[in-house]
Amino acid sequence: MHQKSLVELAADLRSGACSSEELTRACLQRIAEHDGRLNSFITVTESQALAAAQAADAALRSGKAGPLTGIPFAHKDIFCTNGVKTSCGSRMLDNFIAPYDATVTEKLHEAGAVMIGKTNMDEFAMGSSNETSFYGPVKNPWNDTTVPGGSSGGSAAAVAAGLVPASTGTDTGGSIRQPAALCGITGLKPTYGRVSRYGMIAFASSLDQAGPFTRSAEDAAIMLGAMAGFDPRDSTSVDRPVDDYRAQLNEPLQGLRIGLPGEYFGEGLEAGVGDAVSAAIEEFRKLGATVTDITLPNTHLSVPAYYVVAPAECSSNLSRFDGVRFGHRAENPQDLTDLYTRSRGEGFGDEVKRRILVGTYALSAGYYDAYYLKAQQVRHLIRDDFMQAFRQVDIIMGPTAPSVAFKLGEKADDPVGMYLSDIYTIAVNLAGLPAMSVPAGFSNAMPVGLHLVGNYFEESRLLNAGHQYQQVTDWHTRTPQGFE
Amino acid sequence: MALDASDVEKIAHLARLGINVDDIPGYARNLTDILSFVEQLNSVDTSGVEPLAHPLDATQRLRPDVVTEGDNREHFQQVAPETEAGLYLVPQVIE
Repeated sequence: MHQKSLVELAADLRSGACSSEELTRACLQRIAEHDGRLNSFITVTESQALAAAQAADAALRSGKAGPLTGIPFAHKDIFCTNGVKTSCGSRMLDNFIAPYDATVTEKLHEAGAVMIGKTNMDEFAMGSSNETSFYGPVKNPWNDTTVPGGSSGGSAAAVAAGLVPASTGTDTGGSIRQPAALCGITGLKPTYGRVSRYGMIAFASSLDQAGPFTRSAEDAAIMLGAMAGFDPRDSTSVDRPVDDYRAQLNEPLQGLRIGLPGEYFGEGLEAGVGDAVSAAIEEFRKLGATVTDITLPNTHLSVPAYYVVAPAECSSNLSRFDGVRFGHRAENPQDLTDLYTRSRGEGFGDEVKRRILVGTYALSAGYYDAYYLKAQQVRHLIRDDFMQAFRQVDIIMGPTAPSVAFKLGEKADDPVGMYLSDIYTIAVNLAGLPAMSVPAGFSNAMPVGLHLVGNYFEESRLLNAGHQYQQVTDWHTRTPQGFE
Repeated sequence: MALDASDVEKIAHLARLGINVDDIPGYARNLTDILSFVEQLNSVDTSGVEPLAHPLDATQRLRPDVVTEGDNREHFQQVAPETEAGLYLVPQVIE
């Protein structure tokens, strides 16, 4: 059961080959057996999951089922879930039982999907290795001495290990695509504004966007279809109809114009990753695509711009955690300042503190123009680079991450080194474009991801390219040893 | 731009963020590294470039000024550390 795709499982549910309750119990069993060594879940919601599965079975019997009815999924612990602990990977919210549902939670529930638990993540989504979580690191199913990537590391590891067929994630600088690459699965970050941020705990509001993890592009199309849509409760949500993301999946790639930015294939790229990506591009050529060299000249400025914009917005967003209305509160505060200072000091971990400090500095009196404004101007230049490129090509391709999964602890004392593991993904968030990572082979026995970047709202085109590639390759079907 | 211990203490105070004295030299080093890294931004001339606030240049949407939410105060205060009579309690502010 755990080797099947979401599409195959949905067919089994419709034909009656299995029930949602059986499927849900099988996932719970997989978690009980395997998650001890992965640590991909913070909370498993067994009783709610079984109740939701029984409701889904009733819907299936009455013929009212959609493509996700009865399908178990894991939800990143950044999405509010009414009545269920929503920790965001932080001690600050270890005691927080969300009093309402995020829009994404609501939409997946309405689609009949069965939430099986909440997944581990870097604290407040700040990290690229899942090592900053208050609940301990997640292990990569392909090698448990390496990281799964981050920040959505638990969601990626859970799908890669076959604990669930799908999961949700959020991506502020690469937090869906980089863990998808490092764990050998498919991950999609939609256009900024496509999926509602309501009830999704904010990190950097002008960059945050939610999306799915699945094994295949076809499965991702189904998940995205349920997650996307205009939401008046999110002020940056885009009022535009949602495409039928499956409609274009089977279109041939004849004539597709692929651009390869020279900047993504230079210094710092692991040779084995570069080889796997080149082989993947060759497959696209065989499928009828044309390949052109392009340039994104301001690429080198994307990580520096990000590490001004993201901490600045984080320092503002995280000011709401003050020990007064919800979350961790320090014992016996002397006065109000002591209450704020100690609650925040005790509740936040090291990386979160670092980013709050950087952001506070960048926004403090006299520095705003030099840092935040400058970074927002550079952001404009980065978007212009992409717009220039999309006059010549339909999809930009390259590696998702510069290396395969690195060792646990390897970059723990080197924040800037850690930040550079998102070097190919960050520019996409700054520009707000949709992008996807698909499994594209192995380097040193660890998965490599191919990064596909599209123009605004062209998720269907990315999914089409990913699906066609997955018809001629089988990387996305590989299962790590010990999880077969 | 090198930050020292007193800079870190000042920024932490602005953020109302408690940090351990032992960690201050480490934060000073990290922050200095990060700030010198982002200094690369100064290598590009951005005079006349509009800052990008929203990737799609969207502006704030307005909605009719009508009540859309019911009273959920009790429900939302269930997760509060300390409340009384519908109010959030904090240490005494005014003597």
